[in-house]
Amino acid sequence: MSAGQSIDETVRAAEAAAAVEGRPPASAGAVIEVDRLTRKFNGFTAVDEVSFSIGRKEIFGFLGPNGAGKTTTISMLVTLLKPTSGKATLNGFDIATQQDAVRQSIGIVFQDPTLDDQLTARENLEFHAMLYNVPRSERESRARRVLGMVGLTDRAADRVETFSGGMKRRLEIARGLMHYPHVLFLDEPTLGLDPQTRSAIWEHVHELRAEYEITVFLTTHYMEEAENCDRIAIIDSGKIVALDTPGTLKHGVGGDIITLRSADSAATVAELKEMFQLEAAVKPASADTSGPAGDRIYLEVPNGRTLLPQILKSLTTEILSVAVREPTLDDVFLGLTGKQIREAPVDKMDAMKTRIRRRRSMGGHR
Amino acid sequence: MKRFRAVYIIWLRDLKRYFRDRARIIGSLASPIIFIFILGQGLASTIGQNLPVGGGSLDYKTFIFPGILGMTVLFAGVFASVSIVWDREFGFLKEMLVAPVPSWSIAVGKVISGATIASIQGCIMLLLAPFAGVSLSPLIIVELIPTLFLVACSMTGLGVLVASRLKSMQGFQMIMNFIMMPMFFISGAMFPLANAPTWMDTLSKVDPLTYGVDALRGIVLTGIPTRYAFTTDIAVIALLSAAMVAIAISTFSRQT
Ligand SMILES: Nc1ncnc2c1ncn2[C@@H]1O[C@H](COP(=O)(O)OP(=O)(O)OP(=O)(O)O)[C@@H](O)[C@H]1O
Ligand SMILES: [Mg+2]
Repeated sequence: MSAGQSIDETVRAAEAAAAVEGRPPASAGAVIEVDRLTRKFNGFTAVDEVSFSIGRKEIFGFLGPNGAGKTTTISMLVTLLKPTSGKATLNGFDIATQQDAVRQSIGIVFQDPTLDDQLTARENLEFHAMLYNVPRSERESRARRVLGMVGLTDRAADRVETFSGGMKRRLEIARGLMHYPHVLFLDEPTLGLDPQTRSAIWEHVHELRAEYEITVFLTTHYMEEAENCDRIAIIDSGKIVALDTPGTLKHGVGGDIITLRSADSAATVAELKEMFQLEAAVKPASADTSGPAGDRIYLEVPNGRTLLPQILKSLTTEILSVAVREPTLDDVFLGLTGKQIREAPVDKMDAMKTRIRRRRSMGGHR
Repeated sequence: MKRFRAVYIIWLRDLKRYFRDRARIIGSLASPIIFIFILGQGLASTIGQNLPVGGGSLDYKTFIFPGILGMTVLFAGVFASVSIVWDREFGFLKEMLVAPVPSWSIAVGKVISGATIASIQGCIMLLLAPFAGVSLSPLIIVELIPTLFLVACSMTGLGVLVASRLKSMQGFQMIMNFIMMPMFFISGAMFPLANAPTWMDTLSKVDPLTYGVDALRGIVLTGIPTRYAFTTDIAVIALLSAAMVAIAISTFSRQT
């Protein structure tokens, strides 16, 4: 299988050339460089001039509601979809003109399953290795290694159709690693999985970075998950509305959120305004608010943990309960787009996807 | 040779799946067997030994045997190409499309794997030769196998061409029913075209299976006059296969 060598050589040669030209060699600076990438479908703009760059060994997250353009962006970066305009390089290769080198540099776990479920787990890995020029002598050891990593060693000889959804997902991640990619794309890797499997997958992602030194580009619409990333781009209606570390993004919300319950809400609000110049918002406990009935008083403060004791000492009205929490990415998303990510409308595409997914998980016949 | 690596991988996968699927192997032999034993037997008892072919006469079962080989290859080849639609629906096609392999290799791999499977099915049908009153010599078999494969290539090529453009299973079945049945009946597989009306004769000339059945008949029934020279048959089939594969490749390469 010397085809592999030839592509590897191309990769190496191009990396060397890139270094000579003064671009950062692939091992240093950005591994993905995206410049005003745009994709339109019959006049509808799915991805609208997005620009960002991702550094080596970074875990980069794309966070956005259904239909935001996450998958479309990935499809362009992995050379399955042509950009309408804009440019992007991956590992130093142009996604429009150096497709083979780009493809050799990446691994991808698609949003929808792409395993051959009539084949065994090991066969799926083997075929993948062949497609990606992995030398025959290494195929078995690599398969063993990645299977061990996702905890499927003892299922290697079973047909994929006998696997659960979570096992299939883990196998797909393992498969994406067979050819030691520079960048691993994970399009909603944990969609529809239980919390246990979800956190197992996140463990793998962090292990991967440590062990294989790869860059991970993932999409999600779970806020809790996005917090595992080094940096997050929040994307809504095809545009990146914010891009930073989860910490900084949350900081941008304006600090912590204090919730109070008091015997006399109106008096408390007045006192807060008088003594601390704080604008408090009062919301009646709604049906979905847990805990005892009564109004809640919300305060957004820069540093809740130090301010709260002072507030409690000064207030004269009786306080029934208090809580301080850090802002979540939900608050960030809400602040940026004016809507809650989970409430974002579920469009037709998504309803269809769910249906397909359901049909698949029920084991569509062939 | 390196460039054909992906073709080989696709071929290997499809054959693995084929041999694993006993139901499919047996199921796809059902209709050819029904045609030989029920239709062949039924009509033979009426027409008997007296089917007039090129001056002489033949047993009807014997006459249709090459046609049934053609039919087997047609159905098996087209059925094999359906796997593209499945692969699209079940996502595996994406795994191949995103791999660092030339996009033509997917269409070519599918045609070659489908043609291999169809040829295997055709060879299984050879076991029925004695029942149709056909005697096969080793020489005939040696000639037959590559011819079956070539005919299978044109049939699979057609299937891949249609499958590469279709997104849904239902659409594929609809179209193939529209194409396959007329192709089969007009090809001269079931009756001699010598006395056919002009419109049928004209249609049969654009039916790739006509040339396939003609070539197979020439090999299997030694001494029977054929419609075209063997070399003409082969040339037409090869040309048609190449054209269909070329169109299928261009469909696959078109990145959207
Ligand atoms: N092939 C296509 N033809 C037309 N419109 C498309 C096509 N693919 C995507 N779109 C549209 O582009 C928009 C972005 O879709 P995309 O799949 O990128 O969203 P996403 O962020 O991945 O959403 P999800 O979380 O649901 O996966 C959607 O409005 C979708 O309807
Ligand atoms: Mg998506």
